[in-house]
Amino acid sequence: MKTTWTLAKRELNAAFDSPTAYVVLIAFLLIVGWFFSNTLFLSNVASLRTVFDLAPLIFMFFVPAVTMATFAEERRAGTLELLLTMPVRDRHVILGKLMAVTMLLWSAIGLTVIYALTLAVLGDPDSGAVAGGYFGLMLLALSYGAIGIFASSLTRNQIVAFILGFAIIFTLFMMDKVTEFLPGSLAGILEYLSIDYHYRNLLRGVIDSRDVLYYLSVTLFAGLLTAYNLARRPE
Amino acid sequence: MIEVRGLTKRYGAEKAVDGISFDVEHGEILGFLGPNGAGKTTTMKVITCYLPPTEGSVLVDGLDVTRDALAVRRRIGYLPEHTPLYGEMTVFDYLTFVADVRGIPGPEIPRRIGVMAEVCGLGEVLAKRIETLSKGYRQRVGIAQAIIHDPPILILDEPTSGLDPNQIAEIRDLIRSLGKEKTVILSTHILSEVEASCDRVLIINRGRLVADGAPSELQAHAVGGQRIRFGVQAANGAVEEVLARWGRARILDRETDGDGSVLFDLLSETSDDLRPELFHLAVDQGWVLTELHHRQIDLEDVFRRLTTEAAPA
Ligand SMILES: Nc1ncnc2c1ncn2[C@@H]1O[C@H](COP(=O)(O)OP(=O)(O)OP(=O)(O)O)[C@@H](O)[C@H]1O
Ligand SMILES: [Mg+2]
Repeated sequence: MKTTWTLAKRELNAAFDSPTAYVVLIAFLLIVGWFFSNTLFLSNVASLRTVFDLAPLIFMFFVPAVTMATFAEERRAGTLELLLTMPVRDRHVILGKLMAVTMLLWSAIGLTVIYALTLAVLGDPDSGAVAGGYFGLMLLALSYGAIGIFASSLTRNQIVAFILGFAIIFTLFMMDKVTEFLPGSLAGILEYLSIDYHYRNLLRGVIDSRDVLYYLSVTLFAGLLTAYNLARRPE
Repeated sequence: MIEVRGLTKRYGAEKAVDGISFDVEHGEILGFLGPNGAGKTTTMKVITCYLPPTEGSVLVDGLDVTRDALAVRRRIGYLPEHTPLYGEMTVFDYLTFVADVRGIPGPEIPRRIGVMAEVCGLGEVLAKRIETLSKGYRQRVGIAQAIIHDPPILILDEPTSGLDPNQIAEIRDLIRSLGKEKTVILSTHILSEVEASCDRVLIINRGRLVADGAPSELQAHAVGGQRIRFGVQAANGAVEEVLARWGRARILDRETDGDGSVLFDLLSETSDDLRPELFHLAVDQGWVLTELHHRQIDLEDVFRRLTTEAAPA
């Protein structure tokens, strides 16, 4: 556990030493703010609904940008070899990176609380929906992060890692958007696999353990795939 | 201290290391010598528990690299080829990070870094970002991270490659002083390096061990053969073919001189004096003899003999 935290801390320091972390945080805040104020002033609705609706799409670009360097850059620079010859297990390395990425993404989500507070002052938002939305968003960020890290472990090239991460997340997101053309049983499976389906469940303000379990499973599965890939010791 | 038994490592179908066995004693400085692609780095990656062996076993202090990987890693300090480091970190932060991962207790870390700064000569650059350092300083940081936990075993993959002669001398001095209390394995292409720093040399070629012994022993071993410098002026250019047909010595090197003569470095396996034969050969062929003398056999000859003749037929 201590090792994992040491590794996560280095990762976070690296992110905050370069412009990456700030760019991510500020860009996220601005984009969300723009949609938020649009709904507020143009349609006069005091709601975070548009923000929550758009967040999975915004994260589809943001998360791979945050995770693309995690393993790809260590593979390119050769530092992964140094890391994996220290007395740490592969899973500590993966967990450390996931912890750092999640902390960064959750900070970005945390910053949007200023919009939620603005709402509370201006109107009377449905606090259950807001809480459910935030909870869903945090789970979403966690599982996107794990997928992005897996994508990064597949290559030495950050751009390729970004594209792969985006492609996997996009596929999982679209799962329940193509069900019209499919027979019922298959449609049900695809729906269950869809990232967006579970997120919309949580947005309703009802926290169902099946939805939570889904995100934790995706995270675990992506983590296992990463571990499997690292065990091959790719160059 | 380190026991390598029948180690084979395959990448796909290709055998990078093929049935290597050797022991390293406590306090020894061992040099891995071999041409590019010989399998030096691969062997080191197995000993440091980065890659699992395909066949065979490696024991470090009696601990198996596959079963007790973490315990083995704690005993080893490793400097990989090309010295990978986190460029965006300062030297101090980087060493703190490594010390932390290595499990050195927090309060003791600054003192350890102080020791490293002194031993590796890093005092002036502790606050600098690693990416701004010269190659020589990067190499010292690489060595510092490898010894910060005071491991009994140090594994250095080409620790002096890419350095200027002064830096090479400094790093060699550092390795020699570390070697007084540690077991060191280093790899190199530079023959003078093993002569300068190592108690023992392993010559590896195409994944196989072709020689194992002290530098002086290997040299003595080679005295069975001879190295001859042979120069002729030949009207017809077919000197090389004639020598190949003659077949008593191998051509190591061939150069042409300004005055039209061709100079050969020949290496023979036998201890007979081949100079009379070469003289007669030149006379028979109508060549003008410009040079013919023995040369001292050195480690380089041993190396070249062992690593060129093992080519698959
Ligand atoms: N990850 C890899 N995948 C496939 N083949 C590899 C890999 N790493 C090394 N090899 C091959 O294994 C052989 C041994 O390589 P190795 O790096 O151990 O040699 P080396 O003695 O360290 O060479 P050098 O002096 O150039 O550093 C080479 O033929 C190399 O091409
Ligand atoms: Mg090598």
